[in-house]
Amino acid sequence: MTQSSPLATVVVFHMGSLQVTRPVVTTWAIMAVLAVGSWALTRRLRPEPSRRQAILELLVTGIESQIKEVVRRDARPLLPLLGTLFIFLLVANVSGILPGVQAPTGRIETPAALALIVFLSVHWFGVRARGLLGYLGSFAQPKLIMLPLNLLSEVTRTFSLMVRLFGNIMSGEFLIALLLALAGLLVPVPLMALELLVGVVQAYIFSVLATVFIGAAVGGESAESGEPLEHPATPIE
Amino acid sequence: MDAKVISIIAAAVAVSIGSIGPALGEGRSVAAAMDAIARQPEASGTISRTLFVGLAMIETMAIYCLVIALILLFANPYA
Repeated sequence: MTQSSPLATVVVFHMGSLQVTRPVVTTWAIMAVLAVGSWALTRRLRPEPSRRQAILELLVTGIESQIKEVVRRDARPLLPLLGTLFIFLLVANVSGILPGVQAPTGRIETPAALALIVFLSVHWFGVRARGLLGYLGSFAQPKLIMLPLNLLSEVTRTFSLMVRLFGNIMSGEFLIALLLALAGLLVPVPLMALELLVGVVQAYIFSVLATVFIGAAVGGESAESGEPLEHPATPIE
Repeated sequence: MDAKVISIIAAAVAVSIGSIGPALGEGRSVAAAMDAIARQPEASGTISRTLFVGLAMIETMAIYCLVIALILLFANPYA
């Protein structure tokens, strides 16, 4: 029972005393593909876009407008982090469909690392937008008695971000493996199609939640945009 | 019954009971979103984005139960 455990990882090779596991190798491969692909696609940008460049611009401006709708301010400083997060998650979640590849987000370490990145960047953007004291003061809102709850929610929402991604992707893989063992060759195909959908939706949800958290940390006053907020971003959970 | 059998039963109970609540909650929220879109189709973008995020939140409860079940099955500290 233990060798098929979704919590265990396979060590591919050792680098000194470091164990390099299979999700890490897959992540490196995805990173290489994305980096080389981005370089190749943005090599010759022109004012009159070709078809390839038009699709690319559609993707980037689409992500930017989505971020802007959530944080209700200039989305440019957030675009590199959140856009990369979304594209990486999209490719990583869907990569499990390739033969011989396991989605790296289906192991606990990759979602943990991504959730940690979101956790740290929430504070980074919060401190940068409000100043250290202003940001620390925002934890005592609306009353000082809420301080422990606010601090606790910082930890729990990061944890739930990790568990949500891990649980969804891993449970899908597990279900397909079980069905393959029980029923046979072509039976899990509809489930694999469902898993593709789940992977895309989870990538979207992870990025939207990261955007909401950062938007809440950056704050609702929006002094520089000058327009009053219709409804300020509220922290979830 | 030894601890292994008990934890297998506990994992099944955790998933089966733990998914009742999120299922009811998701059904309610999708019904409410459908209602809202039918009343106000021009706000469907905002509604569906909020719906997706909300569904992910509700679904997290079921995923927590799944993780507990997996810990019981594969990383049990007592069996």
